[in-house]
This record gives sequence, structure tokens and C-alpha cells, in this order.
Amino acid sequence: MAMEDVTGRPRPPMRSRISPVDWARRNLFSSVGNTALTLFCLWLLWLAVPPFLDFTIFSAVWTGATREVCLGPDKGACWPLVWANLGQFIYGRYPEDEIWRVNVVFALGFAAIVPALIPSAPAKRFNLIFLLVIYPLIALVLLAGDRPGLRPVPTSEWGGLLVTLVVALTGIVVSLPLGIVLALGRRSSMPAIRTVCIVFIEFWRGVPLITVLFMASVMLPLFLPEGMSPDNLLRCLVGVALFSSAYMAEVVRGGLQAIPAGQYEAARATGLTYWQAMGLVVLPQALRHVIPGIVNTFIGLFKDTTLVLIVGIFDLLGQVRAQLSDPSWTVPQGALTAYIFAALVYWVFCFGMSQYSNFMERRLNTSRER
Amino acid sequence: MSMGQGHKDHRARSAAPLGWNNPRVRSFVYQAAVLIAVIVTVWFFAATAQENLERLNISSGFGFLDNTAGFGIIQTLIPYSEQSSYARAFFVGLLNTLIVAVIGIVFATLLGFLIGVLRLSNNWLIAKLAAAYVEVMRNIPLLLHLFFWYFAVLRPLPGPDESLNPLPGILLNNRGLILPAPVFDSGLIAFLAAFVLAIAGGIALIFWARKRQRDTGQLFPAWRVFAALVVILPALTWLVAGAPFHLEFAEKGAFDYTGGMRLLPEFVALVLGLTLYTAAFIGEIVRAGILSVGKGQREAAASLGLKEGTTLRLVIIPQALRLIIPPLTSQILNLTKNSSLAVAIAYPDLVAVFAGTVLNQTGQAIEVIAITMAVYLTLSLLTSLAMNWYNARIALKER
Repeated sequence: MAMEDVTGRPRPPMRSRISPVDWARRNLFSSVGNTALTLFCLWLLWLAVPPFLDFTIFSAVWTGATREVCLGPDKGACWPLVWANLGQFIYGRYPEDEIWRVNVVFALGFAAIVPALIPSAPAKRFNLIFLLVIYPLIALVLLAGDRPGLRPVPTSEWGGLLVTLVVALTGIVVSLPLGIVLALGRRSSMPAIRTVCIVFIEFWRGVPLITVLFMASVMLPLFLPEGMSPDNLLRCLVGVALFSSAYMAEVVRGGLQAIPAGQYEAARATGLTYWQAMGLVVLPQALRHVIPGIVNTFIGLFKDTTLVLIVGIFDLLGQVRAQLSDPSWTVPQGALTAYIFAALVYWVFCFGMSQYSNFMERRLNTSRER
Repeated sequence: MSMGQGHKDHRARSAAPLGWNNPRVRSFVYQAAVLIAVIVTVWFFAATAQENLERLNISSGFGFLDNTAGFGIIQTLIPYSEQSSYARAFFVGLLNTLIVAVIGIVFATLLGFLIGVLRLSNNWLIAKLAAAYVEVMRNIPLLLHLFFWYFAVLRPLPGPDESLNPLPGILLNNRGLILPAPVFDSGLIAFLAAFVLAIAGGIALIFWARKRQRDTGQLFPAWRVFAALVVILPALTWLVAGAPFHLEFAEKGAFDYTGGMRLLPEFVALVLGLTLYTAAFIGEIVRAGILSVGKGQREAAASLGLKEGTTLRLVIIPQALRLIIPPLTSQILNLTKNSSLAVAIAYPDLVAVFAGTVLNQTGQAIEVIAITMAVYLTLSLLTSLAMNWYNARIALKER
């Protein structure tokens, strides 16, 4: 990345070759103040980086079967703790014989998401319909079972990364269409529909997700007829989906506002109905504008999935936390090790999504400039 | 389209027969349908809830707020005991939420501005470090931040006997962070009066300096005089009145330290997590705001002969703030709402005390959750109003 120059000084003319010494002089030691800052940063790095690398790599215990290998002074991270519980972290308490079903769901999802993310891949329309409609149904049947030939697995046995992905994907699949409908409703010319949408959106945006999850887990059963109470995971999924729809609606509304009214008027003038004009003319342009915002909402949603552990659902973080109270792996550095591992997993997912969003942003910008 | 045509169109529409092809009829039917659907849903849920409450023998209404709470809370800003009422517990939780949110907002905004400016530094190393900070912090869930600070850092600290002593007077152990506490003695009134007087005088001075600059164009270093006033006048009174306040340091007792100001590890972890996480987002907002100010603005200011600092203060920051304030508002709101994650590390905030313990004891889920949500909605609304007011003040005044 090139240096952003806020000082407003004109950049020096490009030289054909810059020696490392020149580069350092210009970017690190250009003035007394800058030199002091650079030295201060180097000192901070010296304080932070070597101990971190020492803990996670050089002094870390990498192999072993029991907790004893991690005991003793000067031992760093206890990675065998992670290896030994990796199955728990990914599948939770899903029955061991049925884990192939989860793996099939993971593999199918991977196979469907990758081509959907590559702009030049063919059959985008079918790919997206499969990903957003057919795939969730297949995943539901495979994971929950409850069909001839498949043993039912109650959601209380789901856990780990599986639950994290189920919550995140359900949120994404529901929030996008619902968010679009809410955004259109908020911009509708009919006052009753507009009011209902505004109240809905502002309510969900004004309360923390935790209270929504509390509501889903303790209050919702009171509002449903006796014996109709869905299980805890499903109730939380509804809460997460409604919550993220409100945020999605605001992102989509931003995109709708960026489209000149003439587009809609021209579409209506050619005889398209409201839904045709929106679906064929306005929304395709509006959504393109806000792809980065949509991905940001997805990233937020992915991070927010961790909150389900507060209402007793074991997602990845919940499973990691539960494992820390397992006496067979109690070591002093256990918490630090396990949380660094969990942080790495979440970071890879979120950073990947944000890099993809940057990539799309650049792609859309170049196509607009051309 | 000319006005006449639009008028004709309007007349044609109102003259259309009252069938499905009349847009006004359709609009009316749609809206009626939506309203009826909303009313029926609400009515269904209300009726079912009524039935369930009777069947489960759960009392309803807000009478429970006067009952004795009967549980302790580890951090209380107002007097509270186990004999206090649920309503009192509610206020204790609310105040705990507010104090964490306010402290978090102040620290996160300061750190966020610093990060945003550092990311634009022309020092390569510092810009990269700030960028790395942002990318690491904002891509890890807040709950994980909290768990990390609470369970992996603060809880495993040594006990009071082997407290860490990072700075003189500051102690850190597994029971929390102990800071020196300010203690006020007699003569405080004079000290405070001098302080208030200095601030009032300083503000008057700034107004006078502004007026003089408008009238005569002469500059007066009002801010420097203001700062000097605020420091010197109270300092003089402090000496004259005989040191009306001092810092009380913690002292080692038989088992634990006594005195000083003790912050719970839960509180420290929550403030740390909220600050470090939100600062990453605020840093990005500040960076975008500063970058949005065109280069020409800076060049124009330079050609007018303004100094670097004056340019920043009078040209760049006022324009950048216009872009920074609206997203900053939503970050402040996010931080306030995110403080509810306190429940995961047992910090007694509103959600933990009220939607947790009180709900479990009373079983009155509907009332408790409704009150909790209403509080957050009110906080959101008040923050939005305050920030919108500030935003309107600094917005472009188009004449």
C-alpha cells in the first residue's frame, strides 16, 4: 500500500531505483521527531513481539497426549490441548458416527460458496439460488436428520464451529431478503407500511443483541401456545435473523438512496410494475453500490454469533470455554492458549471476508471509472 | 414531463373507477392488510401470553419492583444491600452500565482518534503498526476480547501478596486494579470556587478575544491564558488553604490492601475490551474523515499563510468532523449496547443484574425484558439526539 500523504507536500519525483537506505531515511528518519517515533515503535515491538512469539511458537509445547507435557516452568502455549479437543471445537457433541453428515454439509457449502465469490465463475444465478435456497434445506435435513435413514440429532448435541456457521449462515440467508423488503418498505409512499417498517428497524437497532437473545430464550415461550415452543437454537436463530435484518435494511436503504429517482421513473414509464422496476432496474444497481456494507454486516453478524453462548448454546467460543473446565486438560496457560486459538479462527474468517469486500470494492470502482 | 401533464394525470387518477386498477384503492388495501396483520399478530401473542401466565401461575404487573431483592451486588455506586428492593437493584445495574459506557466512550474516542491519525502518519513504521492494530482488533469478536482480558489475563494474576506494581501507587492483582484515591479535606470549598472562577473567567476571556479579533483583527492567545488561569488560580488557593485534598495510597493490611480506589477485575476487563475493540472502528472512521478533506483545502490554507497547526485546527478538522460525527455516533451507540456483554464476565451491569438475577428470581420475563429493552432504547435515543444536535451545530451552514 502506498503511503497516504496528509502533509500535502508534493511527492518527490519517482526515481528509477531507491536504495533501502534512502527508503529508510525518507520513511522512518525524515526528521528528529520521526526518528524518535520510529525508535519508540521499535522499542514497543521489542517489548511485545519476542515474548508473544516465544509463548506461541518457541517455548510452546507442540505434541503430547496428556496435560502433563504442558506442566512445568517456562512452558509456552499448550497446543496439545487444542489438538486433543479439535473434534469438540468443530462438531461439539455431535454423535461420532454421524459426523460424516456435518462433513458433507461443510464440503457442499464450500463447493457452493467458492464459485459464488469468484466474479467470473459461470452460472451465477443458479449458484446463488442453490446457495441461498436449496443448500440451507439440504443442510437442515442432513444435520437434523429426522428423515428415513437418518438418525435424528437434536440441536442440543450440535456445537462448536458447526453452530457458529449455522447461526451465521441462517442470519445471512434470512437477513438479506428481509432487509431488502424492510428497506423498500421504509421508502414506501404508503404511510402505514412506512411506519411499521421504521418502528421495526429502529426497535431492533436500538436494543443490544443480548437482550434479543434473552427475549428469544426466556420470553418467547410465554408468547407461544403450549407445546409449540421450538427448541432453544431455533429461537435464537429467529432472534439473530430479525436483529441482523434491521441492520441489513439500513445498509440497503443507503444503496437505494444513491440511485437517482429518474431510474425508477423511467422504469415505470416503460410500463414495468413496481416490483419489476425495483427487481430489474433499481435493486441491481443499489445492491452493487453497497456490497462492502453488506459484507461488513455479515462480518458483524459472524462476530455476534458468539453471543449465543450466553443463553447456553455452545458455539465455537462456548465450546472452547467449556473445554477449559475439563480437569484432564487444566494447565495454567490453558486459557491463554485456547483463546489465542479461537481468536485466530475468528480472525481468519472475518479478515477473509473484509479482504473480499475490499476486492469487490476495487472491482466495482474500476468498472465505474471505465 | 410538464406540470400540465402531471395535473391531467392526477385528475385522471382521481376520476378512475374505484376498482383494483385505481392506485389509491390498491394503496389503501395494502396498508389495511399490513395493519390488520400487525394487529392480529400482537393480539395473538398477547392472548397467548395471558393464557400462559395464568396456566403457569406467574404473576404479572410491576408490583415486584418493591419486593426485597435478597442478593448482593459486587459493585454498587449507590447504597445497596440485600434488603433493598428490586427497583434499587435495577438502578444499581443501570448506573454500572452507564459508568462503563461513559468511561469506555471517552477512552475509545481518544484512542480511536490517535489510531486514525497515526495510520496517516508519514512514518512508515507507525502507520503500519496502527493498520495492524485495526486489522487485528476489529476482526476478533468482542466477547473473545472480554474473555481474553478477564479469564486469560486478569484472573490468573497473582494474589494481593505478590501484587504487580507497574507504576508508583498503582497495584494490580487478581482482586482488581487499585489506584490512589483523591481525598478531600476542609478548605475544599475555596479550592472548588477558585476552580469554577478560573473556568468562568477563562470563558469570558475567550469571548472577549473573539470579539476583539472580529473588530480589530488582533489576535490574543486566549487559550493559553485560559489554561494558565485554570492551573494557577486553583494552585494558589490550594497552597493558601493548606492542601485541601491529597491522594490516598493503598496500604497493605493483614490479608489485602485497604484504602485507595479499587476497580474490580470485571470492570477493568470490560473497559479494556470495549475500548480496544471500539477504538479500531473509530480509528477507521477518523482516517476516512481526514482523507475526505481535499488536498486543495490544505494548499489554499497554506497559500493564505496559515501555519500547519492552525490549518489543522481551523481548516482540516472542522471539515473532517462533518464526516466523522455520524458514524462516530453509531459507534458510541454500539459501545453502549455492547456493554451488555458484561453479563458474560459477571460484571453487574443492567443485563446481568436485572435481566439475569432479577428475572431468575421473579420469573416475570415479560416485564423485566421489556424494561431492559426500554432502557437501551431510551439510551440510544438520547445519544442520537445529543449527537444530532452536535452534528447540526458543526454541519455546513449553507446560506
